[in-house]
Amino acid sequence: MKRRLLDLGFQALALLILLLALGSLAALIADIWRDGASRLSWSFLTGFPSRRAADAGIFHALSGSVFVIVVTAALAVPIGVASAIYLEEYGTRSFFARIIEINITNLAAVPSIIYGLLGLGLFVRAMGMGRSVLAGASTLALLVLPVVILATREALRAVPPSIREGSYALGATKWQTVWFQVLPVALPGILTGMILALSRAIGETAPLISIGALTFVAFAPDSLWSPFTVLPIQIFNWVSRPQVEFQGNAAAGSLVLLALLLTMNAAAIWLRDRYQKKLS
Amino acid sequence: MSKAAIVPPSLAEVAARSGQQQPVGDRPPKIQAERLNFFYAETRALEDISVAIHPNIVTAFIGPSGCGKSTFLRTLNRMNDIIPGTRVEGKVLIDEADIYGPGVDVVALRRRVGMVFQKSNPFPKSIFDNVAYGLRINGMAGSRSELSARVEESLHQAALWDEVKDRLEASALALSGGQQQRLCIARALAVRPDILLMDEPASALDPIATQRIEELVYDLKKTYTIVIVTHNMQQAARVSDYTAFFWLGRLVEYDRTDKMFTNPSEKLTEDYVTGRFG
Amino acid sequence: MKRFEFVIEWALFLCALLSIGTTAGIIVVLAIETFAFLREVPITDFLFGTDWTPLFATPSFGVLPLVAGTILVSAIAMAVALPMGLLSAIYLSEYAPAAVRRVIKPILEILAGVPTVVYGYFALLFVTPILQRFIPGLAGFNALGPGIVMGIMILPLVSSLSEDAMQGVPRGLREGAYALGATRMQTSLSVVLPAAFSGVTAAFILAASRAVGETMIVAIAAGQQPRLTLNPLVPVETMTAYIVQVSLGDTPQGTLEYRTIFAVGMLLFLGTFGLNLVSAWLRERYREEYA
Repeated sequence: MKRRLLDLGFQALALLILLLALGSLAALIADIWRDGASRLSWSFLTGFPSRRAADAGIFHALSGSVFVIVVTAALAVPIGVASAIYLEEYGTRSFFARIIEINITNLAAVPSIIYGLLGLGLFVRAMGMGRSVLAGASTLALLVLPVVILATREALRAVPPSIREGSYALGATKWQTVWFQVLPVALPGILTGMILALSRAIGETAPLISIGALTFVAFAPDSLWSPFTVLPIQIFNWVSRPQVEFQGNAAAGSLVLLALLLTMNAAAIWLRDRYQKKLS
Repeated sequence: MSKAAIVPPSLAEVAARSGQQQPVGDRPPKIQAERLNFFYAETRALEDISVAIHPNIVTAFIGPSGCGKSTFLRTLNRMNDIIPGTRVEGKVLIDEADIYGPGVDVVALRRRVGMVFQKSNPFPKSIFDNVAYGLRINGMAGSRSELSARVEESLHQAALWDEVKDRLEASALALSGGQQQRLCIARALAVRPDILLMDEPASALDPIATQRIEELVYDLKKTYTIVIVTHNMQQAARVSDYTAFFWLGRLVEYDRTDKMFTNPSEKLTEDYVTGRFG
Repeated sequence: MKRFEFVIEWALFLCALLSIGTTAGIIVVLAIETFAFLREVPITDFLFGTDWTPLFATPSFGVLPLVAGTILVSAIAMAVALPMGLLSAIYLSEYAPAAVRRVIKPILEILAGVPTVVYGYFALLFVTPILQRFIPGLAGFNALGPGIVMGIMILPLVSSLSEDAMQGVPRGLREGAYALGATRMQTSLSVVLPAAFSGVTAAFILAASRAVGETMIVAIAAGQQPRLTLNPLVPVETMTAYIVQVSLGDTPQGTLEYRTIFAVGMLLFLGTFGLNLVSAWLRERYREEYA
């Protein structure tokens, strides 16, 4: 009887802990809603920074975020998918492939600010890109590459080997099999991985600060070479100011950022479901 | 009703009844294995296999599980190459050229030697695209109309056309098991191979679907050389002209089917076909 | 056709090689600047000095205050995340019915997906003020607030990795215990958890590595005063926050001050790399036991 009580007590404790965690999430959302909802408006979304908190907007940061993410995707997805195809379809069991695998697992756990220092030394300085959108996107692409590779490998592994066999038996080459049979089936998984990676990238602050994304930018970036800022950095900038008015802006910016993330994840789920319907 | 009427026919009678008396004459063998040895890493799976398979007949490979019949079948179109760590010693000659020789184009080989698998594996595409796939990747059809004609021809050959002609764009996965297998046969035939290898093609199917496959095989041998692996001895007796019996990676006996089942030379063969083991 | 296949394979291989290039790049970039830094500042001063004032007129380059700040905040985060994460993992792995799992797991994933800058806001403007009501001496910038928030952020990581480790324990072990009349709690604590020990430890170490490398929460809420202390109630500066601080400034390249961020970065990289290695080794050992 006593043991049963302990058991129940244990369960209750565990549930309590989980509720605490969930409650923290709720508190977080409630807090930024309370602080920032009133600042949300069309002029906030389309406005530029200003010394007066009430006039400040996030357009420069929002467009910077979108621009950087698009370029990041354009860099990370082809390279990541290609790497995963190599590791999964061509290089299995070779010594070199194993080294690459271990390396990727390691890279996935390196702090993001280290990637910022890499970007600073390599892209901004050595390759002369300056503090540009391209340097920022390249840095983020390296950061999310392991995520894309790992997700793509999972997706490729889930393709039944019988499909590959059927293709080879008809006289298809390896690349024909990969391109015409394996990739189409793996596509939903790859897309999901891509969105996961981009969700991570859009919330990243530290690496972009390191490569010199500006915190005082009053324009939307117009080319790969232009300086830029992103939404998380703008939020950081506002939250660092002592004036209380800017905190409301930071909260509102956070709400926009969270909404963006929610949309991206919803899009990922929708895309994946649509493709799975197509296949079955 | 006398007792005699309900005794199931012996394999010998089946073989005799099916009329497999195909003469092979003086035509050179289509496939010839010469002292073929096959290794999975360090384990030898096939030992000194030498056999000559005749053109335009059905040859059956029989034997208990794990005897190497499927492994040997897969060496004939080099499908084992995709498994890492495998090794081949010896020769396999198809039309008197060693397919394991240097500089052999494996991709072209697999077009000439088609394969149908134990579990049907249609691609998750439409029926049309399944059959057209081999043609497209091998660059074998110029225009859309030529492609359609070849697809139709193959579906006719596989005795599937009437059942699918109105829904070629439907997903292949919506077909029944037997239909899927015939689709895989159509897909293999579309690239006009000389040889068709079939690895237990009906083992996952119900008796009626199995019968249709066997009828198909009987029709196809006029045009193709067919090698069929089966664990079902009745099927071998019904369908094949020649039979090869494998055991523990070795070829024990190879002869005309009716002789194998009525008067085999080896005791091991006799024990197997009379059901004493396996 | 063969030539095309050959080119494709090489193109794919080069893409895969890029990941090695990334690691090499990190090491090279950090090493070049760190060596340049160490030419001017003796390594013993750097590693064992207790004053970090690189931007002063008479600078001092002892990194220990930054390391202390990092360890302090991370320790608080782990103190929150470890027990909560482990309990959560035990519950999800051994107790929770499927319906509950379906609800809790996505919420944990959301918790892990909130951008750290938002967590920083939360730590500075919500958690710290609340804590100040209970702890009168708590400074506006401190280690406790961000530590707790970081712990909540890391909790899902601890939970999911530990859960994976426990799921890897064969059913037979559990069934043996149940058959002897053990309750679920007894089985979880005395059979499953010990069996999953290396896997769970690997999870903890990986989470610690994550905490050490975390930047924005501390940059916002912990302060910018390097201080060699174990007191969680006062402002501190972590290694990561220092790098951010300098990056935001106007330090020109090629100067000693500029190089400090790479030296600190190198220390951070080596630290987290070491932790990751240990974690990976433990995970490998765990896999060998049960795979």
